[in-house]
Amino acid sequence: MKKIREPLSDRVFLACIYVILFAILVIVLYPLVYIVSSSFSSPQAVVAGRVWLLPVEPSLKGYTAVLNNPRVWSGYGNSLFYMAAGTFISVLLTIAIAYPLSKRSFHGRTVLMYLLIVTMIFSGGLIPYYMTVKSLGLIDTRWALLLPQAIAVWQVFVAKTFFQETIPEELNEAADIDGCSDLRFLWSVVIPLSKPIVAVLALMYAIAAWNAYFDALIFLKSANLYPLQLILREILIQNSVDNSMMVDVRTMEARQGMKDLLKFSLIVVSSLPVLLIYPFVQKYFVKGVMIGSLKG
Amino acid sequence: MSDRSNAPTAAGIRIASPGRAIRSGTLRKMRRHWQLYIVIALPLLYFLLFKYVPILGIQIAFKDLNAKQGIWGSPWAGFKHFEAFFHHPSFWTLIKNTVFLSLYSLAVGFPAPILLALMLNELKNGLFKRAVQMITYAPYFISTVVMVSMILLFLAPRTGVIDHIRTAFGFGSINYIGQASMFSSIFVLSDVWQYMGYSAIIYIAALAGVNPQLYEAAKLDGASRLQKIIRIDLPSIMPIMVLLLVLNMGQLLNIGFEKVYLMQNPLNVSASEIISTYVYKVGLIQANYSFSAAVGLFNSLINLALILLANFGARRITGSGLF
Repeated sequence: MKKIREPLSDRVFLACIYVILFAILVIVLYPLVYIVSSSFSSPQAVVAGRVWLLPVEPSLKGYTAVLNNPRVWSGYGNSLFYMAAGTFISVLLTIAIAYPLSKRSFHGRTVLMYLLIVTMIFSGGLIPYYMTVKSLGLIDTRWALLLPQAIAVWQVFVAKTFFQETIPEELNEAADIDGCSDLRFLWSVVIPLSKPIVAVLALMYAIAAWNAYFDALIFLKSANLYPLQLILREILIQNSVDNSMMVDVRTMEARQGMKDLLKFSLIVVSSLPVLLIYPFVQKYFVKGVMIGSLKG
Repeated sequence: MSDRSNAPTAAGIRIASPGRAIRSGTLRKMRRHWQLYIVIALPLLYFLLFKYVPILGIQIAFKDLNAKQGIWGSPWAGFKHFEAFFHHPSFWTLIKNTVFLSLYSLAVGFPAPILLALMLNELKNGLFKRAVQMITYAPYFISTVVMVSMILLFLAPRTGVIDHIRTAFGFGSINYIGQASMFSSIFVLSDVWQYMGYSAIIYIAALAGVNPQLYEAAKLDGASRLQKIIRIDLPSIMPIMVLLLVLNMGQLLNIGFEKVYLMQNPLNVSASEIISTYVYKVGLIQANYSFSAAVGLFNSLINLALILLANFGARRITGSGLF
């Protein structure tokens, strides 16, 4: 059979779509490329605006300055800890609530579901939240970044939907008859069958933990507990670059160039962990969003 | 049903009294799953402590908090703090800024991913399509702090790349981030840049599930590409659009504290002071707890009203709501 040619108007329409999508691609990609290229250029080239696409006068000065900063190292270490510990706690708690809620024979699940939905559409607001955490004695401790935001209701729904779709109730009944307890079933049947959802949850929580700064801003006072994002805020946005990072820079212009270069390098360094895991988990990432789109 | 295994006992109770059978049936079911109740106890404790205790803490909005007596012991103050807020000189500015920024965000940010998904759906699966998807997702992973610092670096007068382009064409330099009138556009457009690809995933998934026979039939009837989009694609993603619109409506006044706060500077504060940044400054920095809790509650209540209204509207119009 011969392929029917599309009418001219449709071909023009399709061509327009290609043009628009190409423009979007460039607009999204260009700032990212620009940052990476700038971070590898020389301070003079950055401040004079000679960087357009590729690095100009390649140098690693920005990275040396970043790596010589003790604050960046301490923030990096703290953030890695918050990310690892926080993700562990969050995934554990999310599965612990999502699995029972996914079982039809679990008495009280409707009430509990409403309990969760209420927290999604109404909250106490910032001040009562702060005062609660304060009265629990968590202010200025590492727990303040691990516990108050440990469970995201949306992720509970994602996990619950997944359990409902993948673990047939009959399987549980069969195990039940064989004398397998609920805990044992959860541990040796459900969790091994749920690797994709564990990956999705871990990914979502890990990104959120790495990128968060608000709770650290309101709950932490000691600089040695600060996550990387707070340090970044000081350097990148409040522009507080201490002189130890300004090795042999004399003129005003060179100073400005070094400052900007430092910022570009810092952006790359701080986004590295998340960008490194992205290609490996992209499959799960899309899957996670799609599971969430099914109404639970 | 799983109850079969215990059928004899159930029958025995039923003979004794039908009313009690139901209750003890429930109890028996609960006892059978006792391990799950232990499993769920810890997360439930989390919700009580970090979600419901703060809701009880709202009472400080109606009290004059003093440090000695704490939340429960402080004297009641009625609606004093609400009245103070309504008569506050910056009340209308706050409302105006918040509502304007939210509506602008929704008007641009909501359709953008839908358009992207519809356009991508027209392409055959191939390298270009995958490249567009992969690359547009990427900015989602950037943290708010880094995003704002990128905005500041790109828009910086004289040294930023946008200004370099302007001066290359012979225009003067502009301090974009220092102008109140440009704040909302910078906020909204950078949000679209960051989240368009990620938000499109859900629509792309829905479009992939459309029955291909519909397209075949439309083709035979001589439908153009645009007609197929309007008659087939849009109706099939409608339920998800409604769902996300309702959720977005509920977040209308919750518009991102994190990003707005970081983008604020003394020059643009007249346009960038919104309810949430105000609550933070008055409440946590100036330690005016009761007053700012009242402002926060006012905000939460409007959000609640909006989400219920949106849900009601969605039910009336499309027959399906969120809850």
